[in-house]
Amino acid sequence: MNDMRIADRTVDANGIRIKASGVQVHYGDSHAIKDVSVDIPDKAVTAFIGPSGCGKSTFLRTLNRMNDTIPICRVQGNILLDGENIYDKRVDPVQLRAKVGMVFQKPNPFPKSIYDNVAYGPRIHGLTRNKAELDGIVESSLRKAALWNEVKDRLHAPGTGLSGGQQQRLCIARAVATSPEVLLMDEPCSALDPIATAQVEELIDELRSNFSVVIVTHSMQQAARVSQKTAFFHLGNLVEFGETSQIFTNPKDPRTESYITGRIG
Amino acid sequence: MSDISANTPGAGPTAGGPNAGGPNAGGKPKVSILGQSARMKARNRTESVFKVLGLTAILFSLAILALMIFTIFRDGTSAFFQTRMSVPVTLSAEVLDPAGNRNRDEMTKQTTMTYNKVINEAFLAALAAKGIKTDDVPAKELTDMISKGAAGELRADVLADPSLIGQTIDIALVAGGRIDGYMKGRVTRASAERDTNVTMGQLDVADRMKEAGMLSTSWNWDFLTNTDSSDTRPETAGVGVAILGSAYMMFLVLIMCVPVGVAASIYLEEFAPKNRWTDLIEVNIANLAAVPSIVYGILGLAIFINVLGGQMGVEALKMSASLVGALVLSLQTLPTIIIATRAAIRAVPPSIRDAALGIGASKMQTVFHHVLPLAMPGILTGTILGLASALGETAPLLLIGMVAFVANYPAAPWDGGFSDPATALPVQVYSWASRSDPAFIERSNGAIIVLLVFLLIMNVTAIILRRRFERRW
Ligand SMILES: Nc1ncnc2c1ncn2[C@@H]1O[C@H](COP(=O)(O)OP(=O)(O)OP(=O)(O)O)[C@@H](O)[C@H]1O
Ligand SMILES: [Mg+2]
Repeated sequence: MNDMRIADRTVDANGIRIKASGVQVHYGDSHAIKDVSVDIPDKAVTAFIGPSGCGKSTFLRTLNRMNDTIPICRVQGNILLDGENIYDKRVDPVQLRAKVGMVFQKPNPFPKSIYDNVAYGPRIHGLTRNKAELDGIVESSLRKAALWNEVKDRLHAPGTGLSGGQQQRLCIARAVATSPEVLLMDEPCSALDPIATAQVEELIDELRSNFSVVIVTHSMQQAARVSQKTAFFHLGNLVEFGETSQIFTNPKDPRTESYITGRIG
Repeated sequence: MSDISANTPGAGPTAGGPNAGGPNAGGKPKVSILGQSARMKARNRTESVFKVLGLTAILFSLAILALMIFTIFRDGTSAFFQTRMSVPVTLSAEVLDPAGNRNRDEMTKQTTMTYNKVINEAFLAALAAKGIKTDDVPAKELTDMISKGAAGELRADVLADPSLIGQTIDIALVAGGRIDGYMKGRVTRASAERDTNVTMGQLDVADRMKEAGMLSTSWNWDFLTNTDSSDTRPETAGVGVAILGSAYMMFLVLIMCVPVGVAASIYLEEFAPKNRWTDLIEVNIANLAAVPSIVYGILGLAIFINVLGGQMGVEALKMSASLVGALVLSLQTLPTIIIATRAAIRAVPPSIRDAALGIGASKMQTVFHHVLPLAMPGILTGTILGLASALGETAPLLLIGMVAFVANYPAAPWDGGFSDPATALPVQVYSWASRSDPAFIERSNGAIIVLLVFLLIMNVTAIILRRRFERRW
């Protein structure tokens, strides 16, 4: 891992995939996201960084309406996916989530076999016509998540019996299997060793060629390595959003600079 | 070195310890982990006291359970055995089929009175043939040793197989309740002194018959298949109708409560908005589960029998029908099942729901593919607990007339058997226990054993099903 290496940035020729403007999120009385506006580019990786509790996960969850499941959570503002408001009354969140996939902060495999975990998405969305196709998707997804070699001999063993890091990669494979157009990843590498991390980063880089990826991370190095855009959150505010190279080499806000150099966090 | 100070770090000035000299490394004195400190000893003591208390409680309840089972089996096993007298009976055609054409319809004209006479004669002849001394006992007393149900049994056998007529067959006549009791040790000579239903002479003859091998006690399937019988012949009473009635009701309760209960729980837990209305419903369900069961009986009598069955003329809802019993029991079981199912659904970790929703499963798919399978063991436990208490429920069934004397089996379900009069095991236990003849008390205990076996079967089924569901992680 050559730290702080800043990946080649060839973005912005592509359009904007998700346009969030004036987003406010309340959990009951507590104001978790304060007037955040971000443009998430297509075919690029956007990193969300910021100290713990600053609202990265909360904001990420607003992007595929996972916050709908929290009764006390209220979301205001506009979030456009390809120009359509995802909070419009006519939007079915189920359909939205098939397009905008998510990997959660805590690994949450289904208490089913490894195979069934990965095959679940393709099955419910009817992505395959036969068993062979499904097997193919399961294998390629597990390969992408750098898990295939470890589990290929026990695909029918329970997914919950894997180690924490393996479970996290299983969840990545499960999310990838439905081929979402946007993939939201909440700290996908927090329980992974450097080798698996490198493999997942490779996957993210690969996904970038077709999809838009949003990744929450606590590792500055990771953000620098994989992302083209970086958003820095602090206490529910979006402090700074811009090219990753610019954020890491030449931050405009003093808070960003202190965070990156390790003074807040 | 001092144990006490070693165990109060931060509480007081740790400088009080042996190495009070310097504030090095937080100023904590070095404490050996070999050996227990006073505080640790106290903690261990509380723990062992707790363990002993827990064990005592378990042993105590086991002892009570063992005592209960012991007394029930001691008093009830004998109901599964019956004393019979082997007597060769000649079924003469002139008496039993005077028309001589073996026509069943004409043969039914011969009542149990006729058969009684045949049996009595055969019995006296058998006694004489075996050389059993009977001159000290009047013939009436001798024939009274035979159960009043014996003639009916023989008549049924002959009508079922008219070719028996003309033959001499060995019949195991059911002995009367007192003779049966004497053979099983329930009736003693001392108790017979005070009993007008039995004489010393009869007991003497019974002893002699036993010696001659005419009287013996053997396994009694009739107890499980017979219907209830009148006060005068406890020896022919059986739990057949009660078993069938209970089975019908359990089946109906199961198919009425489980779908409704599980659907209601899923709706309330996963779909219903959390507001004042759902809170109200929640409180009411909890209250319903706590309503005394007899209240449901009154409700059932008023609504199902009087209004629906009576005024609105629904044929199937009749007094004593197992359908009505099942409806009443369902009212009581439903809240239990809903409460247990909701708890089981709530215990499924939310992260599983997030996972499913996150890859685009609908709410329905999330519930049926992930939440329900995980909640299944809990739902099964709740269902079985609910059914078990319904199986043992007596009071509401008394009110809807299931305590009535039912002499005929209800028909098969496809012949409308659910609306035929039936009784239930706990009700049968109650009704026998309240009769005066001690022979019925024995039957009552026997019925309790049958009830316990039913419960055991249900619980074992539940455990097996649970295992099966749990194995799927
Ligand atoms: N379900 C919830 N109910 C109430 N408050 C919540 C809930 N989830 C998050 N919060 C609050 O919202 C704020 C932002 O939380 P969030 O999980 O988005 O932080 P985060 O940036 O992802 O932190 P971390 O890096 O530790 O994961 C926190 O103050 C948290 O307490
Ligand atoms: Mg988070």
